Amino acid sequence: MKKFILALVACLMLFCLTACGSGDEEFKLGVILLHDEASTYDLNFLNAVNAAAKELGLSESQVIIKRNIPESIKCKEAADELVDAGCKVVFADSFGHETYLLEAAKAHKNVQFCHATGTMAHTEKLDNFHNAFASIYEGRYLAGVAAGLKLQEMMAKDSTVVPKIGYVGAFTYAEVISGYTSFYLGVKSIVPEVKMDVQFTGSWYDETEEKNAAAALIDNGCVLISQHADSMGAPSICEERNVPNVAYNGSTATACPNTFIVSSSINWAPYFKYIVTCSKENKPIDTDWVGTIATGSVVLTDVNTKAAAAGTVEKLEAVKADLVSGKVKVFDINTFTSAGAKLTEFMADVDTDAAYTPDTQVIKDGYFSESTFRSAPYFNVEVDGITMLNAKY
Amino acid sequence: MLKNKTNDKEPLFHVTKRDDVTFSKAMGIRAIAVVAAFVFCMILALILAGINPLKMISSMFSGCFGTQRRIWKFFKNLSILLYISLAVTPAFRMKFWNIGAEGQTLIGALASVACIILLGGKIPNGLLVLIMFVAGVLAGAIWGVIPAVFKAIWDTNETLFTLMMNYVASFTVAYFLLVWTPSGSSTLGMLSYGWFPQIIHEYFLVIVIALILTGVIYVYLNYSKHGYEISVVGESQKTAKYIGINVKKVIIRTMTLSGALCGFAGFLIVAALDHSVTTQTVGGQGFTAIMVSWLGKFNPIAMFATSFLITFLDQGAAQISTEFNIDSAFPSVIVGSILFFIIGCEFFIYYKVNFRHKAKNMVTMAASENIVKDEETLNNEALKQENKTAIDEAAHETTDVQDAKQDVKQDTKQDINQKAATLQENNGKESEQ
Repeated sequence: MKKFILALVACLMLFCLTACGSGDEEFKLGVILLHDEASTYDLNFLNAVNAAAKELGLSESQVIIKRNIPESIKCKEAADELVDAGCKVVFADSFGHETYLLEAAKAHKNVQFCHATGTMAHTEKLDNFHNAFASIYEGRYLAGVAAGLKLQEMMAKDSTVVPKIGYVGAFTYAEVISGYTSFYLGVKSIVPEVKMDVQFTGSWYDETEEKNAAAALIDNGCVLISQHADSMGAPSICEERNVPNVAYNGSTATACPNTFIVSSSINWAPYFKYIVTCSKENKPIDTDWVGTIATGSVVLTDVNTKAAAAGTVEKLEAVKADLVSGKVKVFDINTFTSAGAKLTEFMADVDTDAAYTPDTQVIKDGYFSESTFRSAPYFNVEVDGITMLNAKY
Repeated sequence: MLKNKTNDKEPLFHVTKRDDVTFSKAMGIRAIAVVAAFVFCMILALILAGINPLKMISSMFSGCFGTQRRIWKFFKNLSILLYISLAVTPAFRMKFWNIGAEGQTLIGALASVACIILLGGKIPNGLLVLIMFVAGVLAGAIWGVIPAVFKAIWDTNETLFTLMMNYVASFTVAYFLLVWTPSGSSTLGMLSYGWFPQIIHEYFLVIVIALILTGVIYVYLNYSKHGYEISVVGESQKTAKYIGINVKKVIIRTMTLSGALCGFAGFLIVAALDHSVTTQTVGGQGFTAIMVSWLGKFNPIAMFATSFLITFLDQGAAQISTEFNIDSAFPSVIVGSILFFIIGCEFFIYYKVNFRHKAKNMVTMAASENIVKDEETLNNEALKQENKTAIDEAAHETTDVQDAKQDVKQDTKQDINQKAATLQENNGKESEQ
């Protein structure tokens, strides 16, 4: 028995030695993911980091990816280990990772920590902790234009079609509210009398709930569905009921060939390239980085011409050009009302505090400036024409 | 009649129970299983994933013990799993299948977080931690005692009940997260109050308390009156009743303890590690703990070893995923295979597989066939003999039965006659009246 234990210890030490052997000084990027390839949300980040690594010529050993890291102390442990492994930049992809990543940032001053979708970098004021997001509302607005064209076509074909659309959301959280409002305003730019029902699921990923919510919306008379949810729940029920669908995070054209119109998503590759380049060249990284439709961070998939209205591709090109040039503002206060009145001023909760107090005037130059004062969305205005069916979430 | 043909085919193997397993033999079988498991996994690695099997095994070890940080993390993870496993064990010894540890731990964590939300910053940290401890333990105990009361009084199914309580706990957490985050994000993040004291290392106390608790539970189960009562109730409730044990009381008391210990684990997760709560805070460890407890034969000391094993597999699998940049599917296959071998080997500890000896050697097949033929004739004759005696016995039995039947007939005849007589008497009396 003693010999056996001795042999085991010897083996252990040998393994440790081989594991600790790498002490070279090449650049390394660490990535912390909430789930793995099975989740469309994390897959989007994985694809982006792989694309960026390829473009920058990073070898496989220069990108270390930690999968399935929950929003707990395990996030800090993962970050610590990535630092141990020699990473100069550590990135985490989930909202709930933020406070734990922040702890790691405080402990490792010489490593840059970048967090997607977070809200605390601009108030924590650490040199090595940064937030990032993309102006996805631009993408959703464009997707809304495609939906509006489809709705217009349906109404022209059949005069009994009532312009009511449905949206499946996760929580009544600014990111979701900003998302469905921009989508609605996109539709409204084509069909001014459109109304929208929103059904919340109370979860970021729940296939059954999303399916049920979409089915309930269709039963309620919604003739077109979109969603802010990662599962195939809503798209699949739309295909089954032959209701046009605008997706998020990626194309569902293979699964839903008859109903998928277009999808908007965030392309994180530009951000990965940005942080790697900054770190290599010793340049500071933006505290709040916002990728836009102009910089390629907000993208639309190919339009499915089988389901989309004629002329969609051309119209989207035109509107995109207007968004890039700034001619069209998504949250232009002249395009919507709230509680029957034009929104001339609005204090948003930009700086995170325990009481969630509104602190910043965000209406300027005739539009609601989303993602300007921090990268993560803060638009949470209830716009007329949108009905929240279950605001409990 | 009987077909003699069926008898000439001895099964390829048959299983007999081992009565005489020594500790060293049992450990030997386990060691063989572990080695076989690793060999199997190395083959899998080569064929399925195309990765170097030796590198894979070494990455498992380095993932657990490669750096000082990983060693601390390893023993911290082991401790948390051990807390929950220790918690379910008293109930399991009683054969009360508490699969609600997940919920009991989660509700303990939620209660502790509730204390931080309500009292954080308003009272000294030490007092807050104490209140969190009490609240966590109480909440866990309540979550455990509800199914126990139903079991004790109405004999409800504890497995289903405790399982359902997990979902109630999970949705309770989801509800409070909505209430506590008006922004709608449902994410609390790290809270800055109610931190458990840290000495030597941030995980040191968590690990030490786990070791102490292991000893305490071991003594409680093996050397205390309560422990004895739990064992008796587990063996047979009727025996327990017979020797004067209040079974209902023992069930309720033990489940209160089980729940309270889970609640304590929840409190520690909040106060010493996460400083927050989500629906994923326990992350399935309430279920893994069942396996730890079973594999450890409900013995706290052995459970240290089984939590060691499972933590090793978990942490090792995560390292494989990181080091070879693959999704979690293949590492999960590895973990599953190894557990399959280890759980499977328990069968071979308690049962022996006896192979048909003639299949041992192909060369002697012909010779053995002759022997078999001889055996066959012998068997046939023996069988004939057997049949004969059986038939004779049966014949005896039938005559016995017939005799008995006649006796019964006579008895009943007498009975009927008697009854008729009394009836007649009664009738006579009634008519007189």
